[in-house]
Amino acid sequence: MEPEAAALIGAGFACVGMGGAAVGLGHIFGNFLAGALRNPAAADGQFGRLIFGFAVIEALGIFSLLIALLLIFA
Amino acid sequence: MASSADADKVDPIHQFAVNNLVEFGELGGSIIAFNTAGLFMVIIVLAITAFLLLSTSSRGLVPGRLQSLAEMAYEFIAGILREAAGPEGMRFFPLVFSLFMFILFANLIGMIPYFFTVTSHLIVTAALAALVMITVVGYGFYKNGIGFLNLFVPSGVPGFLMPMIILIEVISFLSRPISLSVRLFANMLAGHITLKVFAGFIVSLSAFGALGYGGAILPFILIVALTALEILVAFLQAYVFAMLTCMYLNDAIHPSH
Repeated sequence: MEPEAAALIGAGFACVGMGGAAVGLGHIFGNFLAGALRNPAAADGQFGRLIFGFAVIEALGIFSLLIALLLIFA
Repeated sequence: MASSADADKVDPIHQFAVNNLVEFGELGGSIIAFNTAGLFMVIIVLAITAFLLLSTSSRGLVPGRLQSLAEMAYEFIAGILREAAGPEGMRFFPLVFSLFMFILFANLIGMIPYFFTVTSHLIVTAALAALVMITVVGYGFYKNGIGFLNLFVPSGVPGFLMPMIILIEVISFLSRPISLSVRLFANMLAGHITLKVFAGFIVSLSAFGALGYGGAILPFILIVALTALEILVAFLQAYVFAMLTCMYLNDAIHPSH
């Protein structure tokens, strides 16, 4: 196999990791929405924690995207 | 109309190229120069200074539009800082506010076509993250002495688990500067590459003549939507960076869990 082809296939595989981040983000926002609809008064106070969870999970997806970008362009 | 030869030349990475504008000479084999990144950092700082000077020049009791914008920015950061690090954290307000405004303006100025995005370079975001982590570690040891190491020893953990937990805490602490810098960098990089890839679709499609022009409307609409999303991401990443900075500062101020 050509090294370039292997790198491109590897980039595709690396992007699978973003699926995990997608599941995590859906989980966190879905649960926030469920909690916020039960107790709307408390929802605004938890926005910071929501964004914190979002940032931590998103970083993991971004790491796998970064691997893919490195394989394609670097 | 772009020919198909031009369409092949669409290079989504080209926008990140750093060009030396003024070269001062050589030092240790590397060229000392004022480059595009430096120019845009100067522009960002000038823009922030102009914004804050203009908005506070009148200082009315009833704020005008610009003044209320500046007050909103102040209250926004002060709110995050007070919530995350308590009233003692307010001594770090200048640091967090400067970081937030710099990243926000860098991201937003980068959204203007043909403008350079400073935060899409890892070296810039790594320097910002290093600034935060050095402040956290330095202030943590300055204020708490050796007690800062309590950060790695959570209370209420059974003894046999302790070595494992301490190892995990240390690794998670060491990965903070990496995740802090790579998150901002990769978000801006990926967003701008996506925009340019879709812009490249428009050029490639319009090479096919009338039918291509019709088809090129689709990526064009998408690019408008993506630009709106990127402006949201620009703000969100500045917010996330400021908030994580506040949380890390909280660790330095109150190291015991």
